[in-house]
Amino acid sequence: MTFAETPRTPVQLRACAKTFADGTRALEPLDLEIAGGETLVFLGPSGCGKTTTLRLVAGLEAPDPGGRVLFDGQDVTPLPIEKREVGMVFQSYALFPNMDVAGNVGYGLRVRRVAEAERAHRVAEVLEMMAIGDLAHRRVDQLSGGQRQRVALARALAVRPRVLLLDEPLTALDAALRERLRVEIDALLRRLGITAIYVTHDQSEAMALGDRIVVMRQGQVAQVGPPREIYFRPANRFVAEFIGTMNLLRGSRRGGRLQLAGGELALTAPGAPGEDLPDAVETEYLFRPEAVEVISPEDASLSGRVASALFLGDRTRLVIEGVTDRPVIAEAAGRREFADGDRVGLALDPRDLLRLPG
Amino acid sequence: MLHGTTQKRGWGFWAQLAFTLLVCGFLILPALLSMLAGVTVNFFQGLSSGLTLKWVFQVFELYSDTLLLTLGVALGCLGVTLLIGVPAAYVLTVRQSWLTRLIEEVVTLPVAIPGLAIALALLLTYGGFGEFRRSWGFILVGHVLYTLPFMLRAVMAVLASIDIRTLEEGAASLGAGFWTRFFTVVLPNARSGILAGSLMVVTLSIGEFNLTWMLHTPLTKTLPVGLADSYASMRLEVGSAFTLVFFVMIVPLLVAMQTLSRLERRARSARPLADDRAQAPAVKATAVETVR
Ligand SMILES: Nc1ncnc2c1ncn2[C@@H]1O[C@H](COP(=O)(O)OP(=O)(O)OP(=O)(O)O)[C@@H](O)[C@H]1O
Ligand SMILES: [Mg+2]
Repeated sequence: MTFAETPRTPVQLRACAKTFADGTRALEPLDLEIAGGETLVFLGPSGCGKTTTLRLVAGLEAPDPGGRVLFDGQDVTPLPIEKREVGMVFQSYALFPNMDVAGNVGYGLRVRRVAEAERAHRVAEVLEMMAIGDLAHRRVDQLSGGQRQRVALARALAVRPRVLLLDEPLTALDAALRERLRVEIDALLRRLGITAIYVTHDQSEAMALGDRIVVMRQGQVAQVGPPREIYFRPANRFVAEFIGTMNLLRGSRRGGRLQLAGGELALTAPGAPGEDLPDAVETEYLFRPEAVEVISPEDASLSGRVASALFLGDRTRLVIEGVTDRPVIAEAAGRREFADGDRVGLALDPRDLLRLPG
Repeated sequence: MLHGTTQKRGWGFWAQLAFTLLVCGFLILPALLSMLAGVTVNFFQGLSSGLTLKWVFQVFELYSDTLLLTLGVALGCLGVTLLIGVPAAYVLTVRQSWLTRLIEEVVTLPVAIPGLAIALALLLTYGGFGEFRRSWGFILVGHVLYTLPFMLRAVMAVLASIDIRTLEEGAASLGAGFWTRFFTVVLPNARSGILAGSLMVVTLSIGEFNLTWMLHTPLTKTLPVGLADSYASMRLEVGSAFTLVFFVMIVPLLVAMQTLSRLERRARSARPLADDRAQAPAVKATAVETVR
């Protein structure tokens, strides 16, 4: 495909809400700007409205009155999906069983009345790009899951859509294949530079693919931002706990130190300009398991007891009790072996401690 | 494995086989005798009187109009059920609501109601329209009422099994408008159901007696009605020859139906293939195991 021709269509959602006929409020009013060529990932638990949002952009659902969808500044809200020039990849692939692979991939071109010769040429080109050139004349039911996935992508790309929409395209595949195709899709999206919206409930997929991630919860946006920001600066408790593993420390703050059941913790690094936080009887801090360093209890101001240790090869995942009212999960690197009941000390860089508003 | 069973066949197997053959024979014998009677010169003298096609020709002479009418009604019925049934099946599958479920139930009713009752209802309602009452259109209406649910069910079953809604959304995303989708995606993928439904409708229409017997006039007789008529008023050989003609018409349809449903089942059981590359190491491992 001539990559220079790939349109980089910015997409805007203006006050898009969706209430279904049965009264289900699937999406609260949403304003979103998607830059041309950006890959935006919708991430969230089941039923949070990811598919609904994608279908609004596609034109398979109409937003509630007042909502608008714009492609490149043009209002496409009244256009049905067949006029929006989007490419869509469905979770179930939705390949046409009555056509072979080439027939499926060429369908969009046939509908657009592209001449036979030109069509054959473009189909061959796209099949080549997806590395399935040898499957052109296979029947769809003679394909493996991974091959179906590639055909579905090829079919969506063959018409050179303005926007590419993918709804959990990898969910139906096994883990190893999912990983490989994820890398391929990532490379493809970068190379094409097409505006893409990708729906998933798999956070590692979201992290790897997204230029930005929209974390959704019950029809509302919980946070929008680049993967690193979502991971390291979660805007709220929901995002913090939905993405990766988070530990919660609950204790009281006195003189810039956090007092906990298992000892105390400095809230500002020595020498660093600390925020002057008022003392509080009860306060909460969060941190990631990989941020904590497991040291000997004599050297630590904070310690606990190993409740269980799970050897993962490159590291050992520990569940530690007695630090705060909830068990803390920590990851220890290296060869050291842990037995249940061992006392361990915890060291934490205050910069890895997260205090959430509210 | 197979060799084992051949060797171990005890008396139980043979007893079962004999019983099965006996039952089959009991059921098939009357049909065979009846057809044989149709080509015997004189049935009461038996086969010794010789074989003849005289009676068959006589049937064609006396009842050729019945035959034509039957085929006409069957084809007309097929046409109408295709025209109404296929789009209706599509709508009922795609738009599911209490209304479509209700319609589905109502349309299915004629399967459960005796044909006589339907015929009486039709006579009560439309019997007054003389021209219509006397035409074969009247019988056609009855047949359509009776066969429509079969077409509907056959097509709906296929549409439901392929998730037609998502397929259509896929086609729409590629730029296909409603009619393009209907002709390039919906119809081709419903083909097996349409074919099965069509065979069913034609077979049922050709063999329908209850309804037709109530609705017919002396000038609009279908084959089964003619059959009853010939049994009642002709010599036994003519009636039997008629049976023979009927069999010759209906058996190919039944065979076609069987074949189709077998093909359908085979196609349905096709599963997605495992991923070659993902599977390869596993396959190799088992191969090594076997060699060892
Ligand atoms: N056609 C519909 N009619 C009524 N409610 C619907 C319809 N489609 C979706 N919903 C509801 O809207 C909400 C959001 O659904 P949506 O399919 O967008 O979730 P999702 O985030 O894609 O979930 P999943 O990860 O399970 O696919 C759910 O509560 C769902 O039950
Ligand atoms: Mg979904």
